[in-house]
Amino acid sequence: MVSIEVQNASVDFPIFDAKTRSLKKAVLGKVGGKIGTEARVPIIEALHDITLSLKEGDRVALVGHNGAGKSTLLRLLSGIYEPTRGITEISGKIAPVFDLAVGMDPEISGLENIMIRGLFLGMSRKEMEARVEDISQFTELGDYLHLPLRTYSTGMRVRLALGVVTSIDPEILLLDEGIGAVDAAFMAKARDRLVDLVRRSGMLVFASHSDDLLFELCNTAIWMDEGRVKMHGSLREVLTAYKGRDPFEHMSPETLERLGETL
Amino acid sequence: MPVVAHAGRTFKRAIDDLRRGFHHRELWGHLGWQDIKQRYRRSVIGPLWITLSMAVTAAGLGLLYSQLFATPIGTFLPYLTVGFIVWNFMLGCMTEGAETFIANEGLIKHLPAPLTVYALRTVWRLTLMFAHNLLVYAVVLAIFFQDLAKDGYLLSTTNGLPQPGLDWTIVLAIPAFALIALNGTWVALLFGIISTRYRDIPQVISALTQLLFFMTPIVWPVDALTKRLSQDGGDWVKLLIELNPLYHFIEILRAPLIGSTQSWHHWAVVGGFTIIGWALALVAMRNYRSRISYWV
Repeated sequence: MVSIEVQNASVDFPIFDAKTRSLKKAVLGKVGGKIGTEARVPIIEALHDITLSLKEGDRVALVGHNGAGKSTLLRLLSGIYEPTRGITEISGKIAPVFDLAVGMDPEISGLENIMIRGLFLGMSRKEMEARVEDISQFTELGDYLHLPLRTYSTGMRVRLALGVVTSIDPEILLLDEGIGAVDAAFMAKARDRLVDLVRRSGMLVFASHSDDLLFELCNTAIWMDEGRVKMHGSLREVLTAYKGRDPFEHMSPETLERLGETL
Repeated sequence: MPVVAHAGRTFKRAIDDLRRGFHHRELWGHLGWQDIKQRYRRSVIGPLWITLSMAVTAAGLGLLYSQLFATPIGTFLPYLTVGFIVWNFMLGCMTEGAETFIANEGLIKHLPAPLTVYALRTVWRLTLMFAHNLLVYAVVLAIFFQDLAKDGYLLSTTNGLPQPGLDWTIVLAIPAFALIALNGTWVALLFGIISTRYRDIPQVISALTQLLFFMTPIVWPVDALTKRLSQDGGDWVKLLIELNPLYHFIEILRAPLIGSTQSWHHWAVVGGFTIIGWALALVAMRNYRSRISYWV
């Protein structure tokens, strides 16, 4: 059973190189987590007392303004950050797609990057070699796969990253914003593949500011604000509260039906 | 199905990290090779530069120091070459080991993987470089085999002690290297963790290694110094050499490779360091493993 359980988890970042004095007075308005002032080393409370329970089939949108803790939450859910306090329990094979520039080596070819990504995600070299053909077809990169990654456009990198994570049958897919850089045709293709993956056995958590992508991929949503979960419910409810208006309002019935949203 | 539960600092989770890290053999193997290929990409002779630069250094220093210390080149050059190769490996474990997690910042923050993978990536890369340097040893051995195989050869002409010469004990070099690499792994883990938190440590290490290089018998033979100084009460020199742990590490691998006098006490010291070092590394892993992704 694929699931993620988070209980009262907090993530506090120590800021070692900041001068304590100058940060002590710092009060940030709407942007960024709260900055603790008690400790000798200043601390950013990126996530505060998060309790979540995600299960198989969930397709969760993460919304919230910049610095609300969306990316940090994704890293908590992927197991990269262990909570400073509280507990996380992740059951399932995790495949994260975060910052696309990092974790890929620009000097080596697309194929070698595919291999390294796959190995990091727990595949063996043999298993990855068997998938290269499939990835190459899905990404439509063709001969580009033999060129160094630095020659790729952002969209091509997104294709590569999505190609790898969707080919390895992950159970928990974690996507951060940035995958919006691909063109509409590829997005439609990727959507089908992602939705299909989640249907088979899995879970998707997707942080984005692009409503269109969220409509396509998600059915529930979490609204993050100042490192806390402000709201957790259906995509429509949460987006309505977050935006202050119903984003589904002006959609045609056909679109609504396709998105699986009933009036 | 993989289950990751994050709660509490336990030795079980530290050992689990090590176990899973070793298990990702293909990953760190691939990354280590990648590092080497990356460094010499687009150069004509590629990683052979490692071999070539070692050859130049060994030949140059060998000629210079054999003149300075008036030692026979046929035995002194192999002594210096092997010492230098082993030293380079240990130096890498200390300096590059300290940078292990800092250098992998991007990967640590973006992909969940056991920390041990990065330490093993560093040690594997250094092992590959060591293997490239062994070519120099092979050449030196081929040239000076006559001198080294002779029973009772001397490393230093004046006051030198007779060495037993090359024999079957050369196979001891294999467990010796394995033991040094095992130590390199705890060094990378422990130094890596401390350096990630305190960024001054890599600087301290590189400052000290410079001194350590001259303190360790690499470019000078031990017997030349001790025998001359012990005539006028130089026991403290002997003590100073013995107190340097790197001397023992070098000696367990160098002695079988050039057929000089071997002593069990070097193995005992290295064994002791292996146990103490791994214990410290385990404690560090238990307490700070989960903090690394916050610190990088």
